[in-house]
Amino acid sequence: MAEYKGVMVYGEIAEGKLAAITTEALGCGRKLANELGEPLCAVLVGTGIGNFAQETIAFGADKAFVIDDPLLKDYQTDSYIAVMEKVVKQVMPRILIMGQTSIGRDLAPRLAFRLGTCASLDCIDLKIDPNTKLLLQTKPVYGGNAQAIFTSESYPQTVTIRSKAMAPLARDASRKGDVVNVPAGLDPSAIKTKVLQKVKEAVEGIKLEDAPIIVAGGRGVGGADGFKQLAELAKLLKGAVGATRPPCDNGWVPEGLQIGLTGKIVAPDLYIAVALSGSSQHMSGCSGSKNIVAINKDPESNIFKVARYGVVGDWKKVLPAFTNKVKELLAG
Amino acid sequence: MNVIVCVKQVIDPEAPPASFKIDAAANKVIPPAGVSPVVDPYGEYAVEAALRIKDTKGGKVTAISLGTNFVRDVIKKPLSMGADDLILLDDPAFVDGDSWSTAYALAMAIKKIGAYDLILCGREASDWNAGQVGSAIAEILGLPSASLVKKIEITDGKAKIERILSDGHEVVEIPLPAVLTISNELGEPRYPTIKGIMAAKKKEPITWKPADIGVDPSKVGAAGRRAKMLKLFQPVREGKCEVIGADTPEEAATKLAVRLREAKVL
Repeated sequence: MAEYKGVMVYGEIAEGKLAAITTEALGCGRKLANELGEPLCAVLVGTGIGNFAQETIAFGADKAFVIDDPLLKDYQTDSYIAVMEKVVKQVMPRILIMGQTSIGRDLAPRLAFRLGTCASLDCIDLKIDPNTKLLLQTKPVYGGNAQAIFTSESYPQTVTIRSKAMAPLARDASRKGDVVNVPAGLDPSAIKTKVLQKVKEAVEGIKLEDAPIIVAGGRGVGGADGFKQLAELAKLLKGAVGATRPPCDNGWVPEGLQIGLTGKIVAPDLYIAVALSGSSQHMSGCSGSKNIVAINKDPESNIFKVARYGVVGDWKKVLPAFTNKVKELLAG
Repeated sequence: MNVIVCVKQVIDPEAPPASFKIDAAANKVIPPAGVSPVVDPYGEYAVEAALRIKDTKGGKVTAISLGTNFVRDVIKKPLSMGADDLILLDDPAFVDGDSWSTAYALAMAIKKIGAYDLILCGREASDWNAGQVGSAIAEILGLPSASLVKKIEITDGKAKIERILSDGHEVVEIPLPAVLTISNELGEPRYPTIKGIMAAKKKEPITWKPADIGVDPSKVGAAGRRAKMLKLFQPVREGKCEVIGADTPEEAATKLAVRLREAKVL
């Protein structure tokens, strides 16, 4: 029986370049491939994506497989699983890594089940067991209150990685590798779903994932008006506004501002947490922050166990005074 | 419209993180004392999604849950919200599975239920955060699926859904029957009404064992796992918070700004 060998990374393109999470997956994949003494390859699926093959090699792949077809223009479960099944059976990788994105969350589980294996999603650490050569897959569970290490003896061992959990290699345009085109060979009648429209959410100012400073509010902010004060501070600091789930669910802020396990993962230099308790689900989204500053009237709040600096007090009194002092300090 | 919703009884994810404890030897979580379990939050959103369809299209909503040690008042919540039936896959053989073996049992139960137009699951359960049971059920039943759904519109044997993307959403048309996993962007689940609670009190859940749904015991629960869990642990938290105190909140705020400037954080 043929052996499973090598590491395969499913690559995504975002805003005209290789997605950051793909460069992170390649960095992680490179490390695992080196440990195994086996090759690393990338797979790109879509329409007009051939140009990015060389980029995957610049970020560490030895080989890039390109499945380029008009029918693959938009991600759809049926078509993407079909072509991934094809390339996985061709390459037989030991390990398959995807990013924990709206594609990865959908594609990884169902593809793994189709292939007779299983997947671990949202991994924050991946290691090779030196004895068994199995992939040890560490992921947060219980909303981030705990972590679990999973493995499987079915192949490929499939994972998605959390954004910003792994490090990319430095881009090296001189790296050489093969590019292989794989025909999609799709049967259009087998594609059950139809993407009718894509709607981009209007983002004012800097994107949350890129902001060096984030001012985030929780349930305690109390309403949309309260968030205006957070926005004022964020603007002053040239940062962005974020939120926990309740403000988004209540419609106080747009859904896209949700930071957490099922929202955005951020790792800014400074995270100012206003009137939020610091639940594990929320902290999963911002624990990578360099410095967390907490403002909360409850001294027993979990946020004070994870923050670096804090003030215990009513945010309605603390924040305006804080903002004024910051204004003064930045002007001086 | 016949809608089936999968829900799960879990440790309350809103319980304070300090109450969370692990039995390291058994690789299990110790349920916090005096804290009632709940229906997993995303499962509740799925129930809400099902009820909205019932509101507009009529029909039946059947909730199904796999587990043990069910607390009747807790697991009946879908009924008190407005679901018509509750089926419990209540047997030790069913539990301690991974997404695959759990989905296999649920899929076989769904096959036994027979008629359905739509199967809804939460996007992930708040305990294991695996996020895969919906996909697995779709794969086993050979149905189209979509995940991260925040809106469903039913017309003519099709569902028009809004699916969350990192920078917005996409509108997708999917033929029925299908499996959809639901996210919180759907909107707040309804509170049970007094009428609903009274009706739920009178309604007995149906309990099915492995023999009732014709499953091979080696394919469900712990026996049917593809994924192995090697370790469950709580990462050690380092670091201490420097709490800036003062006589008034305004003074503390000012001191905080100065301290952050001093520490070159600002």
